[in-house]
Amino acid sequence: MKYRNVIIPLLIAIVVLVYLSAFAVDETEQVVITQFGKVIRTKTEAGLDFKWPWRKATYFPKNLLGWDGEPGQIPTLEKTYIWVDSFARWKIVDPESFFRRVGDIPKARRQLNDIIDAAVRNLITENKLIEAVRKSNRELVLEVSSSGTRQDERDTYAITTGRQKITARILAQAKPKVAERGIALVDVKIKRINYVEQVRQSVYGRMIAERNQIAERYRSEGEGESQKILGDKERDLKQITSEAYKTAQEIKGKGDAEATSIYAKAYGVDPAFYSFTKTREIYTEALGQDSHLVLSTNSEFFKYLKGYTE
Amino acid sequence: MSWDWEKLKRQQQHGGGRGGGLGLPPDLEDFINKIKAFRLPGGLGSGPIIIGLILLLAIGFSMVYKIDRNEEGVVQRFGKYVRTGHPGLNFKWPSGIESVTIVNVTETQREEFGFASERPQRGRRFSSGSEGINVSLMLTGDLNVGLVPWIVQYRIKDSYNFLFKVQDPKGLLRDMSEATMRMVVGDRSINEVISKRDEIAVEAQQLLQLELDKAETGINIINLEMKKTNVPAPVQQSFNAVNQAVQEKEQMIYQAREDYNKAIPAARGEAERTIKAAEGYALDRVNRGKGDAKRFLAVYNEYAKAKDVTKRRLYLEMLQELFPKLGDKYIIDADQKNLLPLLNLGKVNGAQQ
Repeated sequence: MKYRNVIIPLLIAIVVLVYLSAFAVDETEQVVITQFGKVIRTKTEAGLDFKWPWRKATYFPKNLLGWDGEPGQIPTLEKTYIWVDSFARWKIVDPESFFRRVGDIPKARRQLNDIIDAAVRNLITENKLIEAVRKSNRELVLEVSSSGTRQDERDTYAITTGRQKITARILAQAKPKVAERGIALVDVKIKRINYVEQVRQSVYGRMIAERNQIAERYRSEGEGESQKILGDKERDLKQITSEAYKTAQEIKGKGDAEATSIYAKAYGVDPAFYSFTKTREIYTEALGQDSHLVLSTNSEFFKYLKGYTE
Repeated sequence: MSWDWEKLKRQQQHGGGRGGGLGLPPDLEDFINKIKAFRLPGGLGSGPIIIGLILLLAIGFSMVYKIDRNEEGVVQRFGKYVRTGHPGLNFKWPSGIESVTIVNVTETQREEFGFASERPQRGRRFSSGSEGINVSLMLTGDLNVGLVPWIVQYRIKDSYNFLFKVQDPKGLLRDMSEATMRMVVGDRSINEVISKRDEIAVEAQQLLQLELDKAETGINIINLEMKKTNVPAPVQQSFNAVNQAVQEKEQMIYQAREDYNKAIPAARGEAERTIKAAEGYALDRVNRGKGDAKRFLAVYNEYAKAKDVTKRRLYLEMLQELFPKLGDKYIIDADQKNLLPLLNLGKVNGAQQ
């Protein structure tokens, strides 16, 4: 009975001790073991482990964490105010430094706010808006039209930085500042970029003006095209009629020529006789009721009026 | 039990003074005693045993889990990943030692971006004062503003990565999706954004998948679908005006073509007619010439045979035909020198009328 009185409490004490010493670490976690505030060791591997009960385990996430920036109005290099909303991803890579210099996740987020927001602001202010919008100098397909492509600074501007380089530089600026806190900044990305309200209104105005201009161009293109077709019509009409006239004249000329040659051949046999017969014909046709004839008795016709002698 | 009790009572009355203390049949008494004896060794009541049994049962239940056809069970022992259970009945150590998270790996989930019906996102830092930073509103490469709504459909392809590598994989998907879409749209003109949605969808899906893989989210994009892209409402009318102008342009061209087509074939016909008429004329001339020539030659042939008399005859015939047709005839002697007084031609005519 004596043994029993000792063994049972002892067993219970051991179980309690083991229970208090054991701690489980999830796949997504890492742990800093401290003794009265002093870091003893860290555990980044998941699984079961033991520590003295008076040592404290502080858990931090091990996986990729998100940071979402407060969208802010930032002027670009050309002093256009834009909204920029960025986000970043980060990781606690050195839990000991993180424990010492930061403490917990909300504090870390606040510190990241300061550092990343500043970097974003710096880079946006240093660059033109187009650099933050575009990522390459890919040629834009503008209004699909047969003629007159718009030549605007916005369309032909060749970016030298581009969005990817800007975000890379933001990352490069912010990364060293957080490194000493045991944080690795994986990347910073610009989620949204937009004009602020007032700028947006004027951009809308510009878009409308631009479209109106394009519409006008279409209309005038239509006008031009139709005039061209009408011109073609007139030209073709003239061509057709004149060609027809030309051909007709040729044909007529040929006919005339042939007829002439026929006449010449025939009448050439005896021009005097032709002249006689033709004149005779003309007399018959040309003279009539309204013609008055004055004849001399000397004429051949009236010679018999004077006498019959030859 | 009450039924047995009544039955026992009846037996008691029936059996009379046949027996022992309780008046029960001896075999029954034995049985009860045995039960009592069974209970005694533990020295405890029946309560703890029942609790123990329930506990055992609970532990037993927590060792078995079922995975459906479209699921995967990720098992962790003391937080550490040990294995992935596949569809069917699976066993694990009781809870407290091993835990299982069941992940649906075949179900397609979707996220919508830039729809009017979009619900406000929980836990996002911005919401106030960011009205101007609407999800679908995007800057295009020519610094215009477009409205670009889209849908991302995805599936969990790697339950391990999905559970352990990223704290909020879905949030990351949302953020990445927006950043990627803006990047793709940022390299296109407003015209392309409106007319070449498929191209954008393809590029955005590729880029997004790349980013998600890089971050080890375990998410597989099945489909990225662009909804109807547009320009903001205040600008829409002017865009419509462009479309209308395109119509007008086409109409003008068609009208001109119509004019052309109306005039030209008619002109060709007329030209044809002119030519035919000329041909007719030529034919006429030639034939007439031939006729005239034939006639002349025929007469000439006869004339040549008797020149003098024929000429004379022809002359006289002419006179014969001509004279009756003529009006006034004056025959004047050859010696008469002064003709004019006689010939007051106009007056004579006037008097007659």
